[in-house]
Amino acid sequence: MPSVLVLSGWAFIPLALTFYFAFLSYNLQDPENTGWAGLSNFYYFFKDPFFVKDLINTIVLVVGVIVTTVVGGVFLALLLDQKFWGRGIVRLLVIAPFFIMPTVSSLVWKNLIMHPVFGLTAEIQRFFGEHQPFDWFGRAPLFSVGLIVAWQWLPYAALILLTALQSLDEEQKDAAQMDGANAVNYFWHIVLPHLARPITVVILIETIFILNVFAEIKVTSVGGFAGNLTYLVFSQLNDANDVGMAAAGGLVAVVLANIVSALLVRFVGKNLEA
Amino acid sequence: MARAQSNRRIAVMTIIGWTIGILMFFPIFWTAVAAFKTESDAYTLPQNFLTTPWTLENFAIVQERSDYVRYVVNTTLIVVLSTALALALAVPAAWSLAFTPVEKPTSRLSGRAWLAIMLGASGACFIVLYVNGWKVSNFFVGFGLLMLVVIPATIWVWTRNTPGTLLWMLSTKMMPPAGALIPIYLIFNRNGLVFADWGIVDLREFNLMDSLWGMVLLMTLLNLPIFIWMLFSYFKEIPVAILEAARMDGASLWNELFRVLMPMALPGIVSTCLLNIILTWNEAFWSLNLTNKNAAPLSFFISEYSSPEGQFWAKLSAASIMAITPILVIGWFSQRQLVRGLTFGAVK
Repeated sequence: MPSVLVLSGWAFIPLALTFYFAFLSYNLQDPENTGWAGLSNFYYFFKDPFFVKDLINTIVLVVGVIVTTVVGGVFLALLLDQKFWGRGIVRLLVIAPFFIMPTVSSLVWKNLIMHPVFGLTAEIQRFFGEHQPFDWFGRAPLFSVGLIVAWQWLPYAALILLTALQSLDEEQKDAAQMDGANAVNYFWHIVLPHLARPITVVILIETIFILNVFAEIKVTSVGGFAGNLTYLVFSQLNDANDVGMAAAGGLVAVVLANIVSALLVRFVGKNLEA
Repeated sequence: MARAQSNRRIAVMTIIGWTIGILMFFPIFWTAVAAFKTESDAYTLPQNFLTTPWTLENFAIVQERSDYVRYVVNTTLIVVLSTALALALAVPAAWSLAFTPVEKPTSRLSGRAWLAIMLGASGACFIVLYVNGWKVSNFFVGFGLLMLVVIPATIWVWTRNTPGTLLWMLSTKMMPPAGALIPIYLIFNRNGLVFADWGIVDLREFNLMDSLWGMVLLMTLLNLPIFIWMLFSYFKEIPVAILEAARMDGASLWNELFRVLMPMALPGIVSTCLLNIILTWNEAFWSLNLTNKNAAPLSFFISEYSSPEGQFWAKLSAASIMAITPILVIGWFSQRQLVRGLTFGAVK
């Protein structure tokens, strides 16, 4: 199985090397200063004021986006499950954002929608008599990034929950209606339990991807204010040219992601045997 | 009565549904509108699109100024080559995983024992490196140390049972790219960096930074797990008896794979490839980090427009529309199959 060999190479070699560099003092701008750094990379990485801020940013981003997309996704899935005219087209419109490349969507949101002078939101605010339109990326960078990411991932949640919803038994639906369950009861006792599993999957997979959000932050150039851990690693490498430090940061990110992926692996594993 | 009510319900739902659909789609629509404006109209306040003249000049200028076609060619090459490569690697893997499952781990050592071995190997590396003063100047020492850690890990993977192997593949997909960025960056960028001076070969001649082949390899590796997972789940649905019958009739391995298995799994293979195309096309993290000119794909090209000195919104919109249209069409056509791949088969 050549694939296994290739994948093992991919999985283990970079990780081993990251591990190695993390303990090295190795700065591309400072070739004289080499050698064993011990734990000082980690020490300075944790002491970096950006670390705490970016860690908080990461968590806020992940939690915020996931709550938004799951709630919105359930709502959208329920809506798209109803019968109405032109449902097929609406479904296409709703899932479209997921296929947009991150660089495109960040620039479009930043320049065409949320720009403080020429953006659409500024226009709307002016229409209502506001003379100083809100500068989204200047005043609330994290929120703006979150909005873009949520816009991209909402279709994902909706699409998956919709697929799950459509596998709900028609008979069960009819039986519930026969028993006189009203819409709210029906939703709480039949739909939501049915969706519990797909929702878990959505949460876990989104967590993995949103932990690694990078392009949205880089392209909108708010890394200094709303950077996450991935961005911090990038800036250690590209701006500070400090390989050892970046590797230490990478390891921290790996540990964080592992906590989540361990959960997901267990979950999917159970599914595999069933 | 009941009918009238249900009609009214449908009408209300239609209004809500369309409102939300249009809201979600609006940014894309707005981009499309801006793409057909002239540059000065794109800045004119208040914004409107009904009275401004429509123009195609943006598309022409984008091509003229920055050789747009080159980026399209790069992206297409990366997407097609990496998909083909991943397919070639994934079909045999998924085939063997699906039809000759291994029930139990073939190694008698427990997972904990393997963990101990790997930790021991890392510890050994640690000591050797410490004694050497954290310098690896000899190719063989470096390579040997690396293998000391990697080989036990690989053997561990090889001896897993089938679900174990599959889960491990999935787990490679979950490693954050930030963890792999540093070594990949250094491996790619060999000009005077660590991997250049390992004695026996001068690796500087094979600089992978900003090269098409480097990106193709990387994309293949990135998407291989999803590829194998999806193919595995499609192959699972084909009865083994058919393959056995073919084998009885004297079909060679080659024929069994290409004349029997692949045609039967064709819908699955196609949708897997489509998912892979979408993911590769939109990939941004690695392209932003590892390319800048020669091998830059579209996502890199678009990101260039974030530079403050050039706020060409109409052109940005035109370039964006050209970049997202093909993938939007593919995505719309394959949305049903995507669910499976996007949840690693957990939701069908």
